[in-house]
Amino acid sequence: MSQPRAKLPPLASLTPYLWLLLFFAAPLGIVLKISVASPVMGQPPYTPLYEAGQWLINWDNYRLLFDDGLYIAALLNSLKIAAISTFVTLLIGYPMAYAIARAKESHRSILMMLVILPFWTSFLIRVYAWMSILSTTGLLNNFLLWLGVIDQPLEILYTTFAIHLGIVYSYLPFMVLPLVATLSRMDLTLLEAAADLGAKPWQGFLRVTLPLSLPGILAGCLLVFIPATGEFVIPDLLGGPEALMIGKVMWTEFFSNRDWPVASALTVALLILLVGPMIALQSLRKREAAADAKAATP
Amino acid sequence: MSPAAASPFLRIENVTKRYEGTDAPAVANVSLDVGRGEFFSLLGASGSGKSTLLRILAGFETPDSGHVFIDGRDVTDLPPYERPVNMMFQSYALFPHMSVADNVGFGLKQDGMPKAQRTKRIEDLLDMVHLGSKAKRKPHQLSGGERQRVALARALAKHPKLLLLDEPLGALDRKLRESTQFELKALQARLGITFVMVTHDQDEAMTLSSRLAVMDHGRVLQIGAPNEVYESPTSRHVAEFLGAANLLDAAVTGWASGIATLACDGFDGSFKATAPSPLSAGTRVAIAVRPEKIRLCGAADDADNKLHGQVKDVAYIGDVSTYNMWLAGARSLRVQTTNSKRGGAMPASGEELWLSWDAADAVVISE
Repeated sequence: MSQPRAKLPPLASLTPYLWLLLFFAAPLGIVLKISVASPVMGQPPYTPLYEAGQWLINWDNYRLLFDDGLYIAALLNSLKIAAISTFVTLLIGYPMAYAIARAKESHRSILMMLVILPFWTSFLIRVYAWMSILSTTGLLNNFLLWLGVIDQPLEILYTTFAIHLGIVYSYLPFMVLPLVATLSRMDLTLLEAAADLGAKPWQGFLRVTLPLSLPGILAGCLLVFIPATGEFVIPDLLGGPEALMIGKVMWTEFFSNRDWPVASALTVALLILLVGPMIALQSLRKREAAADAKAATP
Repeated sequence: MSPAAASPFLRIENVTKRYEGTDAPAVANVSLDVGRGEFFSLLGASGSGKSTLLRILAGFETPDSGHVFIDGRDVTDLPPYERPVNMMFQSYALFPHMSVADNVGFGLKQDGMPKAQRTKRIEDLLDMVHLGSKAKRKPHQLSGGERQRVALARALAKHPKLLLLDEPLGALDRKLRESTQFELKALQARLGITFVMVTHDQDEAMTLSSRLAVMDHGRVLQIGAPNEVYESPTSRHVAEFLGAANLLDAAVTGWASGIATLACDGFDGSFKATAPSPLSAGTRVAIAVRPEKIRLCGAADDADNKLHGQVKDVAYIGDVSTYNMWLAGARSLRVQTTNSKRGGAMPASGEELWLSWDAADAVVISE
């Protein structure tokens, strides 16, 4: 089964590593460096790492994250908002993906294009559009007033609900695409086999389709949850002043307080928080695969 | 439908199925009966409608018209999950996320069988297919033959009244297929379950079936025991599909007590072949004679049917030899002889020979 690998010129095979080095490892290194510096007035607004023959490492930035309740609260609130939004995205995205995956071959590419279509417009513009839809004098309120369902405009914009709505809307394609990929790969004979063995359609879905689409669910949830946790634009534009999200706190530290070290420490903390579970998940999967392999050797 | 004592276990009555967007029906007005405990095969090339018919029995397709009765009960509109039928899929369709034991126990769990009882039943089933030691493995960790046996065990788990098998041995290599054939047949005899198998492999159908139906273009051409269908094909298609057959175009010149005399196009003399029902003179027919029924003979020998030909080529297979003969009019004839004696002289390519066969060994095909 293994195909001979096409020989790439050495430089070409290095491109991905070079890319990662330039745009991931190097910036991460810089952020790590700033996170242990002290803030100073000047340009750049932080102390160097090594000066006059000694290391200047300042752990106070990290200590502050735990001491000041604001950061923990913002972090927890971000995780909560991201978790709820991800769950709602899954609830909406799964049936969508299911319908697309089971649609006729000829319709599938059109439906997929419709899912991706919003990407053709700037993300920022789409969030602004939601502002004009949700505001007290916006489309939605005018429509509901016209229908007579309500007699005074609802306060939707600048609430946590609006943040959820914005995240669900913006990240839905990231949920749908991996789910479509998993669901359309599934062998439909398996559902016939389930029916043959006595499973009604919904039972076949629960016992066969759902477990087989778990990798897609996981991929979709990660693709939504991780960026949603650090989301800045949506809470800034759609959320109210009380909407404390970690991305916004970071922005404030950087640009309003000009406290780069604390902002960097916050960034590193968030990264660890998000990457940690992913690594744990990965190792869990590896362990499962290893257990499977062990069962295979008599 | 009165569920009379004589009524067959499985009755397919005038079943027709046409897929959307196709002209010819996939199954065209098929009626057949299968008795309890039979091993029945639907034999045909791809596109003959045999798989569609099997899917109708399983409940995956609904016929446009006609009825299916199982044990006297009309199941035509019953969904698959309510039928007393289980199927072994061609691709096996094992659940990749479940262990072998969970695959086999899927239907039992679905029926709410208590765990202890279920575990016992799974154990018994896996022992039956010699897979007791591999209960914890996932399907992708099994060989093709092992997967096939898991699929069989899973299909048998719920004690189905009727087991459907879709090309059950198709994915196995030849050697494994032969040994599995006998296991399958022994299993069927022991369990007494009615089997309906779909296959395109005539050897498989002949070896396993108590009776078989040859299908083509959605129709059943002939139903009978393997030897009946092989020895007395009623159509050209069946004669050619089931084993090798020589077909000679002819016209009837007379008929008496089951033997027709015929004039064969392009040959002198008269020919004799078996024809159970009377034929009137002048009817256009074909004579079908199997290669192994033809003997090599001397020029002076007396025989019911006799032809002169030239050896085109010889295939020596070991136990048998197959000759392709040139006949008059650039037609060819296939002859097979058993090499029952060591070192017997063999006709060589180009040699001229006389061939003969008995009237009882040739059949008239009138269609």
